[in-house]
Amino acid sequence: MTMKSARRGKVVSYNKWGYIFLIPFVVVYLVFSFIPLVSTVYNSFFENYRSGLTQIGPTFIGLENFKTIFTSGEVWIYAKNTLIMWILGFIPQIILSLLLGAWFSDPSLRLKCQGFFKTVIYLPNLIMASAFAMLFFALFSDGGPINSLLIQIGILDTPFKFLSNIWSTRFLVAGMNCLMWFGNTTILLMAGMMGIDTSLFEAARVDGATSTQVFYRITLPLLRPILVYVMITSLIGGLQMFDVPQILTKGSGDPMRSTMTLIMYLNRHLFSKNYGMGGALSVILFIITGILSLAVYKFTNRKENN
Amino acid sequence: MKEERSNGTKKGLNIHARRGLAYIVLAVISVLCLFWFFLLFINTTRSHSELNRGFSVVPGKYLLTNIQNLIRMGERLPILTGLWNSFIVAGLSAVLSTYFSVMTAYAIHAYEFKLKKFMFTFILMIMMIPTQVTALGFLQLVSRMRLEDSFIPLIVPTIAAPVTFFYMKQYMESSLPLSLIEAARIDGSGEFRTFNSIVMPLMKPAIAVQAIFTFVSSWNNYFTPALILHEPKKRTVPILIAQLRSMDWSSLDTGVVYAMIGLSIFPVIIVYLVLSKHIVQGVAMGSVKG
Repeated sequence: MTMKSARRGKVVSYNKWGYIFLIPFVVVYLVFSFIPLVSTVYNSFFENYRSGLTQIGPTFIGLENFKTIFTSGEVWIYAKNTLIMWILGFIPQIILSLLLGAWFSDPSLRLKCQGFFKTVIYLPNLIMASAFAMLFFALFSDGGPINSLLIQIGILDTPFKFLSNIWSTRFLVAGMNCLMWFGNTTILLMAGMMGIDTSLFEAARVDGATSTQVFYRITLPLLRPILVYVMITSLIGGLQMFDVPQILTKGSGDPMRSTMTLIMYLNRHLFSKNYGMGGALSVILFIITGILSLAVYKFTNRKENN
Repeated sequence: MKEERSNGTKKGLNIHARRGLAYIVLAVISVLCLFWFFLLFINTTRSHSELNRGFSVVPGKYLLTNIQNLIRMGERLPILTGLWNSFIVAGLSAVLSTYFSVMTAYAIHAYEFKLKKFMFTFILMIMMIPTQVTALGFLQLVSRMRLEDSFIPLIVPTIAAPVTFFYMKQYMESSLPLSLIEAARIDGSGEFRTFNSIVMPLMKPAIAVQAIFTFVSSWNNYFTPALILHEPKKRTVPILIAQLRSMDWSSLDTGVVYAMIGLSIFPVIIVYLVLSKHIVQGVAMGSVKG
């Protein structure tokens, strides 16, 4: 009895260190993330902006900012732009990643130089997005190398104005996003494929299944949890799309605001110090990403229980 | 019987055909990934007039001239102070973020306390919340603390890095036995000393991987620094890239433009190529288990 309580006392005295070691994280999180979150929400209920040199507000207006956002129509255009560019980038990305992941993890293929290929496809992920966008702007400008290359080969007669056309600009943004993220997705999916019990593949092969059948009937269904995880996290990332279209279009979202994303819109409000509208937009984005994160959390947890 | 045999030969052919196809596709994709950086490299070595003449795969001799011209832009585009600022911010972020993430992970890994489960769940929940949605409040906080044009609001918040924490926690589960900590306790080592002299060295591989990731993401970060740093002397590289983009394109020396892009991209590529093995493994290890 005495021994037990003594031991318990000792355990407790060690375990207070759990709290002590958590202090830096908790303090920094509260100051730099939690307080900003609360004040962002608080701001969304106030009319607070500059019109010329006069400061309007802050006056409490309830949900008026949210009403303005949803009825103005602008936000829908930007949400649509963001979603279109995300989908345009995500579809080729997931197809490429599935294909490469299946090849890399297939023991019967015995691909050589895997290390080299993985290094190469992951490389664009570490590149500064703004510099990458600037590079693409320079390369795809009207007199840039891509146009002169296309003219030299004889595909084009006159330079194609990539950045004056809605769809070519959107495809450039989507292409850059795809290029930057497919390596990451490949490595994630590959790790998932490696985790599948190899005896399943062997059994299928003994039964005479072709590699296509194996892929559709075994790999894909077993991979579904990771695929959902990849898709939702990619959507959360897509909602944050900013650097690439911002630099590529000089912050204008041109042509005709067809590449203006939600975060670019938020950034505009932050720079013009329209804190009411900026706050409301932030709250909306927070709720959307919150729901999506919750879905990821629920999903990964369920997987663990199984 | 017959059918089976034909099936077998078909499969034999299949594997060669499939392997061939895989190599071709991989080669095309690799070219697609590297082409842009190859073009960037070629173009940083060519002069403005050479660049105007059109596309080429042969490097020129103007690399140093372009860099000198870029540096000579001075106040208009202070690249050297920009590189230095980015380096300081990214370096300090990497050090603080990894050290304190290991500490947070250690708290949850090694101790039993009431709020343990709650804290772990909480950190997982906030992992996905983008920094942009709290940027407004963050900006107000920074200006109230009079920290505008200071690097502190870019460095200190990285102490609370949920993703880095999660990676460290995963790594501890596989390679930090609690018996080791017990042994240190019996030898009379204090908890803080155990953490610094036993846990930290054991975590070196994980720290290296996460230090690189934190460094790179801080080096590449554009959104937050652009809202906080206004003084030309305090600007980091991504802000200078945006500044370059907003200059009058027709008046710019394109060789200098490519030199500027090259200076912000190539250092990361070189470091990556040296350490790529660990990085690619690190990505695979960290993210899926969750």
